[in-house]
Amino acid sequence: MNIGKDLVAASATPLVLAILSEGDSYGYAIIKRVDELSSGELKWTDGMLYPVLHRLERSGYVEAKWGTSEIGRRRKYYRITDQGSEELARQRRQWQVVDSTLRGTPFTRS
Amino acid sequence: MTHGDGQVLEERIAEWRAYVRSREAMAPADVDELEDHLRSQVEALEEAGLAEDEAFVIAVKRIGALDTLSQEFAREYSERLWKRLVVAPDAVGPEGATRGRGYKEAIVAVALAVAAAVAIKIPALFGVRLDAPDATGENASFYMRNASLFVLPFLAGFFAWKRKLARPGWYWLAAPFVAAALAMNLIPFTRGGFTESLAALHLPIALWLAVGFGYAAGAWHDHDRRMNYVRFSGEWFIYYALIALGGGVLIGFTVLLFSAIGLKVELLINNWILPCGVMGAVIIGAWLVEAKQSVIENMAPVLTLLFTPLFTLLLLAFLVTMLVTGSGIVDVDRQVLIGFDLLLVLVVGLILYAISARDDRAAPRFFDKLQLLLVVCALVVDAVALWAIAARISEFGFSPNKVAALGENIILLVNLGWSAVLYARFVGRKGPFGALERWQTAYLPVYAVWAWVVVVVFPFVFRFR
Repeated sequence: MNIGKDLVAASATPLVLAILSEGDSYGYAIIKRVDELSSGELKWTDGMLYPVLHRLERSGYVEAKWGTSEIGRRRKYYRITDQGSEELARQRRQWQVVDSTLRGTPFTRS
Repeated sequence: MTHGDGQVLEERIAEWRAYVRSREAMAPADVDELEDHLRSQVEALEEAGLAEDEAFVIAVKRIGALDTLSQEFAREYSERLWKRLVVAPDAVGPEGATRGRGYKEAIVAVALAVAAAVAIKIPALFGVRLDAPDATGENASFYMRNASLFVLPFLAGFFAWKRKLARPGWYWLAAPFVAAALAMNLIPFTRGGFTESLAALHLPIALWLAVGFGYAAGAWHDHDRRMNYVRFSGEWFIYYALIALGGGVLIGFTVLLFSAIGLKVELLINNWILPCGVMGAVIIGAWLVEAKQSVIENMAPVLTLLFTPLFTLLLLAFLVTMLVTGSGIVDVDRQVLIGFDLLLVLVVGLILYAISARDDRAAPRFFDKLQLLLVVCALVVDAVALWAIAARISEFGFSPNKVAALGENIILLVNLGWSAVLYARFVGRKGPFGALERWQTAYLPVYAVWAWVVVVVFPFVFRFR
């Protein structure tokens, strides 16, 4: 299955935030996790993740910090902020609306 | 590296880094981050059993097309496309190793600027003060004669240091400054005389070309380095004008604020801020031009492009008016002579900076024809002026000022005349553009020689008057 470009772009923000809400991570690992969770159906062009991460950092949804990897290489780690968690919750609700509409089951406001 | 010998991989990653770094929207830190990604991917692929080179190829491919990626970065960091000249020097150098050097350069430049600012105040310690009552005009004359000697040696030193000039080069570089210092202070000029003010006026020109020797790291024969010095000079001039503008605003506010609390600071400004600022800004301007080089579009060629048509129009209008009304040049005095010299300097400048920014392999364009027209107009206007001046001189005889102005006029006229020939050949596709470029750079020493003649020979010829 090939997921369209627009949908990939639209889903990038909530997906990255969702993965970071599991714990701090870095670019390569985030992509691995997306691959894992979607059973390889969601294919990102690896590089494109970074502009997304930087945009989120600028909006204050994530924080970045340079650290070192397990073999001592410089690596940039990302952590979700409180603001980011709120944004994730907001986006989740939006996606649920879309999802339930698609499935033909009325969305129930909680 | 745990996999393979890693040597080849390191080289390929370095190549890839350099390639990615050439994108303007990508900062060094972004490339570091991507490199970490690339290495993680390569390691994982090797873990899965791929050979090192295969892993590298696949990892690079997965990162995606660099064009699209840098577009994304550009959208995210649009300000990066407004290439910034940041005085924090690590942003100036490309990356890594050069960062430390940029920092050192900043410190050296500021130190030299301060040194130049201090130097101009040293004579005051020995009683040669600008503000002291000065009935003989001795002090003012000292400063006028020596002004450029207080700053240009520092500028030359800056370039010699930056270009790592070899020891013999330092001696050659120092020679003109020592010679100038001796000439300006040993020649018995009449105070306030013509030869003195002419020498003071021409010394900066003579020494500016000596600074060029330092700029070219001693290789002053090199055509390209000469051209680079021409480019540098144009940019420096623009920077200096901008700094002066800012300095003027600063001084204005200083006066305003202190006069509001009833203090007169004019003395402080005239004795300290102005002379020190004028000297220090020379070095700071040069350093900024050096630092920015590739960071911002050069301004001099842009201004040239803007003003060449306008000046051509002006000269054409002048010639047509003269023809239609039948009026000749009536008012020939020193000012007019100098005015026509300046006109020629301006036209030579417009040509130089148009040349400096031009790709010399490109075919003739409309702008080249316009330049040719400008040169021809300037030649005609100047020929008319020279005719009138010659008549005047034959009537009233020679004076130092007239000879100096006439000499300059002839030097510039020769340059423009031959430039016109070369331009015409190029526009007619009978000669290469490079010939014009080489003519201009080959001609540079002529200006220096003439400037030295005015400084050193004129006083003796005209008996120091």
